[in-house]
Formats: sequence, C-alpha cells, structure tokens
Amino acid sequence: MKDRYIFTYIIILVAIVAVLLSAAAMVLQPFQQANINNEKMMNILKAADVQNVDKENVQKLFNEDCVKMLLVNAKGEVVEECTKDFTEFAAFTMNMKDELYKKDNGKDYVLPIIVINNGKENVNVIQLQGAGLWGPIWGYIGMTSNFQNVVGVVFDHKSETPGLGAEITTPGFTEQFKGKTIFSDGEFVSIDVVKGGVANLSADLQKNSVDAISGGTITSNGVNNMIEKVLESYLPYIEKQ
Amino acid sequence: MNKNLELITAPLRKTNPVTVLILGICSALAVTAKLKPALVMGLSVTVVVALSNLVISLLRKGIPAKIRIIVQLIVVAALVILVDQVLKAFVYDVSKQLSVYVGLIITNCIVMGRLEAFAMANKPWESFLDGIGNGLGYALILVVVAFFRELFGSGTLLGFQVIPQGLYDFGYVNNGLMILPPMALIIIGVIMWLQKPEEDKK
Repeated sequence: MKDRYIFTYIIILVAIVAVLLSAAAMVLQPFQQANINNEKMMNILKAADVQNVDKENVQKLFNEDCVKMLLVNAKGEVVEECTKDFTEFAAFTMNMKDELYKKDNGKDYVLPIIVINNGKENVNVIQLQGAGLWGPIWGYIGMTSNFQNVVGVVFDHKSETPGLGAEITTPGFTEQFKGKTIFSDGEFVSIDVVKGGVANLSADLQKNSVDAISGGTITSNGVNNMIEKVLESYLPYIEKQ
Repeated sequence: MNKNLELITAPLRKTNPVTVLILGICSALAVTAKLKPALVMGLSVTVVVALSNLVISLLRKGIPAKIRIIVQLIVVAALVILVDQVLKAFVYDVSKQLSVYVGLIITNCIVMGRLEAFAMANKPWESFLDGIGNGLGYALILVVVAFFRELFGSGTLLGFQVIPQGLYDFGYVNNGLMILPPMALIIIGVIMWLQKPEEDKK
C-alpha cells in the first residue's frame, strides 16, 4: 500500500511538471528564437561594417541592407540563391561547424555567403567556427566583393578566460583586421595572428598580420586557425570572382 | 508579525547563507565579475528559493518521506528551468553571461538546505518569507562582491564608466586580478572577517 502511494505520488508530480515545462517552452520559444536571430543579424551587420546598429533597428536594417544570400558547393558553384525571407534561408540558419565536419569526412557540403550592402559597397559575410582554449569560438568575417580585403570581423566565445582570451571580442582586437588582406602575391595566406608585434614585421607581412592577445595565446591561435580553415574552404569560389 | 520579519532579516546578516553558512560559494565566484549578472543571479536564486520553499511547504504533509529529496529536486529543477527559459526570452544578453550557472542553481546548496531545514517543517507563508530572506542574503553578498570586482577590475559599475579618464592618464590601471575567480574568494573572506567579530559580541 505504502509503495503504491509513493509510485502514484511521483508519477503524478512528474506529469504535472512535464506539462508545465512544455507549456512554458512553447510559449517562450518565439521570444527566444527572436533574440537568437537578432544577435546573429547584429553580428553579421557589424562584420559588414554597417554603422549605428542597435537592438531596436537591427531587423529593419538587416532586411534593408541584405542584398542576397548564397550557398556555394565545394567546386565554388552557386547552388542556391535567396533574395527575400532571409531569416528562413539555410545560409542564415545553418551552422558552419556541421559543414566543416562534413568536409573533413569527405562528404558533400555547402558553404553560406551573406551579401550585405553597407552603404559603400557589397560585403561578403562569412560565418566562422573554431576552437579556443576552453570551448568553441565563432564569429563573422566581412570581405570586399572580390575577397581581397577584410571589411570587419566579430568574434564571440563560449568560455574563454575573462581579461585574457575573452579579449578577442573587444574592438581593440577586432579593429585590427580592417583593411588586411588574405592574399600575398596572389597566394592564399589567410590572416596570421602573430606574437611579438605586427609593427616589427616587414611591410609585406604586415598586410596579412594582426597582433595576438598577451596571455591569450591559445585563444589567439584558435582565431588564427579558424579564419584559415574556413576561408580555405571558400577558395574555389573566391578564385572565380 | 515580528517573527515573520525576522525570517527575512536574519539571513541578511546573522545567518547569511554565504558568509555564515558557507553555502552557494561556487556561483558566487563565477558570476560576480560584473554587477549586472550578479544582480540577475541574486534575483533568480531568490525567486527559486522562495517558490520552491512555498511549493514544498504546501506539499510537505503528502510527500512520502522515503523519496522527499527526489520530490524536492523535481520541484527545484522545474523552477530553475522556468527561470532559465524566462531569462533567455526576455534578458538574452544577461542569460548569455550567466550561461550554465542558472542551470546550476539546481545544485545550489542554499535551495536544498532551506527546503530540508525549513520548508519541510513550517507553514507555507513562513517558508516563502524564509526563502525570500535567504535569497536576498545570497544576493546581497553577490552584489557587494560584484561591486568591488567591477569597480576595481573594469573601472565601471553596471557597465558605466565611474573611474574618471583623468586617473588613467595619471597611470592608473584596472586590476586584472579582480576579474579572476580567486579575488571573489578573497573578498568573501574579507566580508566574513569584518562580520564575525560583530556577531561574536552579541
């Protein structure tokens, strides 16, 4: 009898809690998704160097400034293009990590490109995914329409050390990328995050280098590898531009 | 009436969960680098402790003794998930800073401690007040620690610059050590050190 009471009690309790939590999740889900989308749009616009973006106007700005979104395949061919309802499109919703994983395992993959007009030019924004010291790091990099120069970058991280690795999100680090190039004499070299000061390098190397963060070596290396690995996969497409 | 008031005021100092009972230290280290997450965390814990105390106190006569910890855990976990979902929906940037620590309120010893020590044996209204008091006692310490850490670590309060630029021009530098978790432990230690002799006098 006693055991029966315990079982009934716990089953009813769990059922009530389950209903309650599913109801809450369903009601709150649209708000949460809107927050996630807004943050994504904000980062994409920042990477394209669009000025004066804030929480209130981000959706409006994004819909105005986004020119198109592309999906390109491993050969650099455009497989799908989208010019409206951007937030529904795969180039916006997809996670770069999955595609890089498919690439590493020799499977078919597609790469997203988001084209944003920042008032001066069309910027190709590319999603970045990589690993820092304690957890994943990610971000967006905006490139000029011929992929020669960097227009802007944003980085974010899950759990890098505050004050050290976490500094990759600050303007002091990200502003350095503006105007850098990923090519040297027509060869792909990516952007190097270097120790010891960019100012001490030769003028030629300075164009491809930014200063690393003191005390954040592994995070800095993570940024370096992330940019190189992602941009490398876009090379077939870039060469056609 | 007086007794009810004491349920709220006692945990602020005399029986403070952090500095006297040494509970909930883990999250106190993790979320106090800035004032805003500390405030939200303090508030979240207050809500969770108060409501779980209330619910458990209402259920206390029916809860089978053999599985009471499990029942408590289910109630606490459900409330914490709700709080987490609400934060994600309405204060997204703060919920990102708090990240896993909201989920870890489930394992915060203050919550289970109050349920076992108070709510299982007291009436709903008293339990609710006890929860509010203990939550606020925890929040108070968090806010004090975060105040000093943000002020000396970043020169800001709630994100606003409070240390004048002039001081930086003189060569003042933000103390990077304040941002790191060990400083929270040291500040909590200092608070205990200041608090202890006063309590002993009484």
